[in-house]
Amino acid sequence: MITFEDVTKRYPDGTVAVDHLSLQAPTGAITVLVGPSGCGKTTSLRMINRMIDATSGRILLDDQDVRAIDPPTLRRGIGYVIQQAGLFPHRKIVDNVATVPYLLGWDKKKARARAMELLELVGLDAKLANRYPFQLSGGQQQRVGVARALAADPPVLLMDEPFSAVDPIVRASLQDELLALQSELNKTIVFVTHDIDEAIKLGDVVAVLRVGGHLAQMAAPATLLSEPADDFVREFLGRDRGIRRLSFVPAKGVRLGPLPDDLVVDADGRPLGWRSDGGLLPYGTFNPERDSLRAALDAALLSPNGAAIAADGDGRAVGVVTRDALDDVLIRYAEKSLEHEPEPGERVAADDHGRAEP
Amino acid sequence: MNWLIDFFGNADNWSGPDGIPVRILEHLEFSAAAFLIAAVIAVPLGLLIGHTGRGAFLVVVSANTARALPTLGLLVLVVLLIGVGTVLPVLIPLIVLAIPPILVNTYEGVRGIDADLRDAAYGMGLRGHQVLFQVLTPSALPLILLGLRLSAIQVVSTATVAAFVGLGGLGRFIIDGLATKAYSDVIGGAVLIALLALAVQLGFTLLNRAVVSPGVRQVR
Ligand SMILES: Nc1ncnc2c1ncn2[C@@H]1O[C@H](COP(=O)(O)OP(=O)(O)O)[C@@H](O)[C@H]1O
Ligand SMILES: [Mg+2]
Repeated sequence: MITFEDVTKRYPDGTVAVDHLSLQAPTGAITVLVGPSGCGKTTSLRMINRMIDATSGRILLDDQDVRAIDPPTLRRGIGYVIQQAGLFPHRKIVDNVATVPYLLGWDKKKARARAMELLELVGLDAKLANRYPFQLSGGQQQRVGVARALAADPPVLLMDEPFSAVDPIVRASLQDELLALQSELNKTIVFVTHDIDEAIKLGDVVAVLRVGGHLAQMAAPATLLSEPADDFVREFLGRDRGIRRLSFVPAKGVRLGPLPDDLVVDADGRPLGWRSDGGLLPYGTFNPERDSLRAALDAALLSPNGAAIAADGDGRAVGVVTRDALDDVLIRYAEKSLEHEPEPGERVAADDHGRAEP
Repeated sequence: MNWLIDFFGNADNWSGPDGIPVRILEHLEFSAAAFLIAAVIAVPLGLLIGHTGRGAFLVVVSANTARALPTLGLLVLVVLLIGVGTVLPVLIPLIVLAIPPILVNTYEGVRGIDADLRDAAYGMGLRGHQVLFQVLTPSALPLILLGLRLSAIQVVSTATVAAFVGLGGLGRFIIDGLATKAYSDVIGGAVLIALLALAVQLGFTLLNRAVVSPGVRQVR
């Protein structure tokens, strides 16, 4: 657990970047600090590994005040990933990843073996190990940055807008991979971003900061969407809060109807389309075991007849959710959410989108 | 052409205390001594100033001095101050000449490194000296070597002045040749100096290939 106790940072020029911030980043969870540019996110993050020292207040790692630890020693025990990756240009990728193990005095062979493991873990080809950073794409460099931060297996990971500089498609896959990694590693992660969608996608807990380093609200993403604390948070969350909340509701509860006659499936039972006079019409699928209500609704909207096809893990059609059945669920959900907010545990980590076909 | 044949073809020119091999050796001795002393002073100083950001004025002063100070004038000054008979009148001006290119390029090499790279290095838990030697220096190496090369070439070309104060080196062919109107000696000496400068250039090219990481962007 990382604890901020009444932390203030005033820069020498008088700028108060963080003003009496108190918050807790729980162990084994992703805590996202999000807010507009200049609100003090980077400053807050860098006070944890003492790249910046707080002017007043305390930051505790579990129960230890970070100020009591010599900064290089502290930093070797905390993974740090920055936006521009910051790889050492003169070192091969494998040696970049092994930076902290080398600092900790591991022998070279062991450090390199560990680095190779990590390259695989972050989805990089072993062939890249002997390249230099300039020979890698931005997305690959960012993966190396993550591998480097994880190399000595630190319990805590600090990430400062690590995916902001890559294009949206690469960013989405890096985000998915981070979530997959985290489900295995259970690190205590503090992740900084200015992108609220990224915050909602990645965070177990999201702390919204406003300029001046004031904490506006700290909550699970679903709660944030349903109960923004004030106008600033509401505005920062942007449009479509209602729809976006559906991402956090599992589709498991929807009533599946039998496969209708006009659904054409292949020999394995995978859907091909809806029969019509003019040929096959497009359809959408969702996986009721894994996906959210939002994905089910999305799948329904992709079909001209408004029915979403439920598919199992192998893509075989297992049932159909009609528009009426979906409406029932949505209405029930809306009524329920008036009395009870979804718990963080109800959260669905999967895809928000139904899969569109033809 | 004839002059060159006269000079290099003359067997007498290849032996004795004023023969080509001895003169080349003398020339290299002055040059190497001045260059090494300058490098030992200027590289650490440039690294330190670049790393700490303190003392940057020294770099500026040194760069301007280099432009303003005539080597020959300095030589005369040192002779007036301490007299002839030692190698100091040659070494001091050569060292003064050799320092600025090394100092300026080493400093710029370290200063010019991306702030994010430094930041990442500290963020990984490197200590100050580790950042300097494990990250900044290897990244600045192309510029450091450029400074050393410029300096070495200047020193080799300028060590000619040793002849003015009665010391040896290839300058003797030029100075003595001019005095006795033996123009083949003058030309021959000049060609030898040019060849030495070329050899230095070649040496640095090889050194660069051997010590600069392929991952680091080369200068020029
Ligand atoms: N070294 C510094 N000196 C003075 N002011 C700074 C410094 N670093 C950041 N600031 C100011 O502190 C505020 C917060 O900066 P920062 O933590 O980088 O915000 P964010 O990461 O949320 O964009 C900004 O107003 C910024 O201009
Ligand atoms: Mg920032």
